[in-house]
Amino acid sequence: MTDDDTGAATRPPSRREFLRASGAMAGGAVAGGLAGRAAAAEPAAPDAANLPPNVPEWMKAPGEPMGNEPYGTPSVYEKGVVRNISKTLKQYISASGRTPLQDLDGIITPNGLFYERHHGGVPTIDPAQHRLMVHGLVERPLIFTMEDIRRFPSQSRIHFIECSGNPVYTRPYGKTASDLVGLVSCAEWTGVPLKTVLAEAGLEDGARWVVAEGADAAALTRSVPIEKCLDDAMLVYSQNGERLRPQQGYPLRLLLPGFEGNMNVKWLRRLKVTTEPAYSREETSKYTDLMPDGTAREFTFHMEAKSIITRPSGGQKLTVRGFHEITGIAWSGHGKIARVEVSVDGGHDWQTAELQEPVLTRALTRFRLPWHWNGEPAMIQSRAVDETGYVQPTLQELLAVRGSNHFYHNNAIWPWRIDAAGEVTNGQA
Amino acid sequence: MARRDTRAIGLAALLVLAASAARAGEGYGIGRPATAAEIAGWNIDIDRAGDNLPPGRGSVDRGRVVFAEHCASCHGAKGEGALGDQLVGGQGTLATAKPVRTVGSFWPYATTLFDYIRRAMPQNAPQSLSNDDVYAVAAFILNLNGLLPADAVLDAHALPAVRMPNRDSFVGDPRPDVR
Ligand code: HEC
Repeated sequence: MTDDDTGAATRPPSRREFLRASGAMAGGAVAGGLAGRAAAAEPAAPDAANLPPNVPEWMKAPGEPMGNEPYGTPSVYEKGVVRNISKTLKQYISASGRTPLQDLDGIITPNGLFYERHHGGVPTIDPAQHRLMVHGLVERPLIFTMEDIRRFPSQSRIHFIECSGNPVYTRPYGKTASDLVGLVSCAEWTGVPLKTVLAEAGLEDGARWVVAEGADAAALTRSVPIEKCLDDAMLVYSQNGERLRPQQGYPLRLLLPGFEGNMNVKWLRRLKVTTEPAYSREETSKYTDLMPDGTAREFTFHMEAKSIITRPSGGQKLTVRGFHEITGIAWSGHGKIARVEVSVDGGHDWQTAELQEPVLTRALTRFRLPWHWNGEPAMIQSRAVDETGYVQPTLQELLAVRGSNHFYHNNAIWPWRIDAAGEVTNGQA
Repeated sequence: MARRDTRAIGLAALLVLAASAARAGEGYGIGRPATAAEIAGWNIDIDRAGDNLPPGRGSVDRGRVVFAEHCASCHGAKGEGALGDQLVGGQGTLATAKPVRTVGSFWPYATTLFDYIRRAMPQNAPQSLSNDDVYAVAAFILNLNGLLPADAVLDAHALPAVRMPNRDSFVGDPRPDVR
């Protein structure tokens, strides 16, 4: 599945190294006072010969030679940090895999861990044979090669992309932060502003929508309002400094900061300027939001403000009393995060968390709150407020308005319950 | 309200800018013209009015054969759903605790059925059916949903005329809707 992040030249670890790796991973996490899922198994005792006052064995012989791994991969001790992929899906051609949010720091998602959602599998596209066609209500219909696209003035910006079904409104609710809201990731994207490319073709009167189509087996099609196309939309070819990963649309993807993930069309091959939306299957049958009265909202583009505590979070365990940093991520499709509040008492009192700079528009924002756990049961949760003043709602508030058939755009506050043994579980379960 | 107005003015200004930059030839001179034939080969979008529907026709009877051969393995013999979505039934369920969204109960436009089947189905061989067979299998699915008689034939005129029962149940985005 994740054939993108395995260096071909990597030497597989020996069985001994591997056993040592699992032991050290568990041991290290417990020593930090917070155990992950991997550590739930019996932690192997560290080898005393490698601990003070002894000199560890890896200092007594040279390590791997330079160049052993032309494309670097994480330490063998981080093998457990991979995308969260359900093993029980009916099929894997139109399916999604999640970012392991609870195992990551900062705001940038490593490319190999960026969430995936495809509707016709991941195509293998030769960039030399890829073309972007711009047509419809334009003065000059144009065809671009990838070299052409890269000749335009470029721009790099950091933005999140989030699937609109992250999570759905119905039980069972996920066990971990990744199970719940792992269909969000954030990267630095490089490409050309869409308005630059549209100006090259010249918009005609009546241009109100741009219909974008992917070069995958779903020929996935979404309609984008022209306002967005002439605002911050981009055509991107790079992600965190390197070319897009195939799972993210190599060689070209539409980026619509703050809009639901499905609209950020991957493997982009065609932009048709129109007066009306396409009413494609992905904007009628799917990605519309059913209300309790049987009506459905259509063209619900924005991802509203949201946050989640990633540490401590579901599946982890506090192994010691005393100091624990509470940390997580917040984001809004409407702009910058203005404030994140954290409650450690089930939602009675809320404290303002510290926001890590940079706080960027339509990007993940990292928050932190120092906390002392006294060993008693606790309920912790975070609440994001964005620069428009919008406050992240509770699940109950959302359900009261939208009902549980709504499916998409669930941005509820999500509490974690910590029991006296330090086990962290889903507070809504 | 005031904010809406500013945004509308902003859009108008942007459109003028984009158009004038292009007219004045201030572009970068990047890319080459797309020919009508190239556009025709790639432009497979069918909008809700049915514009761009290709020539050809297909009957419910022919659609039954196409469906059995190319679709039933994933969608069930009668479109009841399996590995692929349920395509039939669900009318009257949208406002209940267990809504069943199908072509018949939920889709607003029959034209989308042609567009989607042609571009994406069968999932294991998209864009492999002839236009006649896409019309035919769309007719069969609509017939299974009680929206076309058994002797119906679909073409570029007949398909957009099929009125989907849920067509008027879609509303705009009223968010923020909480608080
Ligand atoms: C290999 C399995 C497979 C075959 C064969 C197949 N489909 Fe599908 N079909 C799927 C899957 C899976 C989906 C859901 C795709 C998604 O959501 O991205 C789907 C979705 C659909 C939908 C959209 C349903 C909705 O409510 O949104 C239609 C319509 C459809 N298929 C029609 C057909 C027709 C007609 C054929 C035969 C010509 C066909 N399919 C053959 C697997 C298949």
